[in-house]
Amino acid sequence: MAFDYDKYMRPGKLPHIWCPGCAHGIVMKSIIRAIDRVGLDKDRTVIVSGIGCASRMPGYVDFNTLHTTHGRSLAFATGVKLADPSLNVICVAGDGDALAIGGNHFIHACRRNIDITMVVFNNNIYGMTGGQFSPTTPHGKLASTTPYGNPDYAFDVVELSMGAGATYVSRGTVYHAVPLERQIADGITHKGMSVIDALCTCPTTYGRRNKLGSATDMILWFKDNTVGIKAAERLSPEERAEKILTGVFRQDIKPEYCEEYQKIIDMAKGA
Amino acid sequence: MSGKEVFYQGNEACAEGALYAGCRFFGGYPITPSTEVAEFLSRRLPRVGGAFIQMEDEIAAMASIIGASLVGKKSLTATSGPGMSLKLENIGFACITEVPCVIVNVMRGGPSTGLPTGPGQSDVMQAKWGTHGDHPAIALAPASVQEIFNETVRAFNISERLRTPVILLTDEIIGHMREKITIPEKGELEIWDRPRPDCPPEEYLPYDTSKGIIPPMADFGSGYRWHVTGLNHDASGFPTNKPSLVQPEEERLMAKVTENLDIIEKYEHLTKDGAKVGIVAYGSSARSANAAIRLALEEGIPVDFIRPITLWPYPSQPTIEMAEKVDTIVVPEMNLGQMIDEVQRCIEGRAKVVGVNRVDGDPITPENILEKIREVA
Ligand SMILES: Cc1ncc(C[n+]2csc(CCOP(=O)(O)OP(=O)(O)O)c2C)c(N)n1
Ligand code: SF4
Ligand SMILES: [Mg+2]
Repeated sequence: MAFDYDKYMRPGKLPHIWCPGCAHGIVMKSIIRAIDRVGLDKDRTVIVSGIGCASRMPGYVDFNTLHTTHGRSLAFATGVKLADPSLNVICVAGDGDALAIGGNHFIHACRRNIDITMVVFNNNIYGMTGGQFSPTTPHGKLASTTPYGNPDYAFDVVELSMGAGATYVSRGTVYHAVPLERQIADGITHKGMSVIDALCTCPTTYGRRNKLGSATDMILWFKDNTVGIKAAERLSPEERAEKILTGVFRQDIKPEYCEEYQKIIDMAKGA
Repeated sequence: MSGKEVFYQGNEACAEGALYAGCRFFGGYPITPSTEVAEFLSRRLPRVGGAFIQMEDEIAAMASIIGASLVGKKSLTATSGPGMSLKLENIGFACITEVPCVIVNVMRGGPSTGLPTGPGQSDVMQAKWGTHGDHPAIALAPASVQEIFNETVRAFNISERLRTPVILLTDEIIGHMREKITIPEKGELEIWDRPRPDCPPEEYLPYDTSKGIIPPMADFGSGYRWHVTGLNHDASGFPTNKPSLVQPEEERLMAKVTENLDIIEKYEHLTKDGAKVGIVAYGSSARSANAAIRLALEEGIPVDFIRPITLWPYPSQPTIEMAEKVDTIVVPEMNLGQMIDEVQRCIEGRAKVVGVNRVDGDPITPENILEKIREVA
């Protein structure tokens, strides 16, 4: 039977603001399917975002939704979660939102290992403001503010999340939508901070400027240029260096923030 | 007032007042001279099943309390100068989304890092105009430790009832000063909660004002699924840029304050026969003003006094009355002249207005003010 998206979409809110060919819709779809797979109660689920094209996603879906200020989704979400740890809290953020202006909140949410699932819509660019470089724009690439090529080097979202202490860390792509959905579902069920680096595309402000072909070409690029971490073991170091690794990089059981705080409440009440 | 007597610092009284008002969430970041509010609540909040969190910065602290308030918890943050500057963007978010919360600014000296351990009153205009865009502003400025307790309770009450952030402006002097205060018995002070919806969830429109200027607010997780955005929005809560919807909504945010002055405005107005000099002073400067008025009277100079306890919206009416009676109004403040502009604005030339201003990190003394009184009397 066909998947019933209507159950999760807010009536009358489409069409969305995204450009034709924008891959943010695929990530949204993966999140909805993951929520359905896990069976979350819509009333008990909060979706939080910052500002950017990706961050407009919560407006379309029928949950408790919170569209905040640029970069701050995790900080708002931390208040929501700690105020009522029984709520399911999911954050959606663009790469700029999550890692530039929101970078501090990102590493600290990871460090606390608070039970929030963070999906980074990583299109390597500031889409909404017209294509300025972001912390994940590769070195040398063109953006409206790097007319001579990007002098910066990009963050690796997976390495950053693991270094900061997130306990579920994965990377998927919009070409591999089914594994992406599974990763998001696993991130939601995982107790602790989960980061899913969802590689996606902005044909309008990034693809065109860097001559990456059509919207479809950009998505197909992931097919040939990514490799699962298991399969990567069979490649030579040179071959591997050419590819972006995908899959689940970490899934650890560690004390979760709200559970630790509950211990403090119990202790203080006893005192 | 019956209740428990304690010898408290202003910052402790603020934290105790917050608990009395029903605060169950605090998000903060350490900064002198406000830190004791956080320290006190880190101890006390878990005892009542509430939560305290030290966030990574003040931006995050402000964000966290808005998030917690959306879940239905009365929420507080406390900071000083540099931290207040960082909170501003998210304070505007709370204004436009109409999420109740209380922000304490224990004012210190100087711009930037300035005088971290010295008092100041230089953030009074920031409290009104700090966040960008037109927005409603409510700021309370207590002048004693007991008043800090009471005004913190009132800050929560107003914030809840009007669904808007309220700023409590204290300063290093009263924040750190100890005085004996009475913590009233439970029930002695009224506690107000935000209006919550009673319609079926499918009929809920989060910004529906057909039944009044302050729409009921549903807790996240309570079955009313709604959308919160800092974009201008319509009654359903979803973004709109339709001029015919944006203008009335922005005007309504302001009207929440202007149409509820009866619960917001609070001031002391003391008059003396034949006074030709008046003083307008707030916060710790009002304490020195009080002493100066006593000393002046001993010298035979009667002086009228207005002490705004609610600083924003500013109490224009008594100030106009004062201006119609006296020749000169003295405005002592620990800044280089901020509320003096507001006094001048509302009296429209009815009297002469002069300032007594200090930003050197020392309090304004009664003598500083007395000197000015003698000069203009
Ligand atoms: C404080 C602040 N600074 C700057 C902006 C402008 N701004 C809006 S979206 C955005 C970047 C969005 O890029 P990203 O997070 O990667 O999301 P995308 O649009 O690519 O999905 C910026 C810089 C803002 N809204 N707020
Ligand atoms: S600008 Fe880029 S990221 Fe934004 S909607 Fe268009 S394609 Fe998507
Ligand atoms: Mg982006």
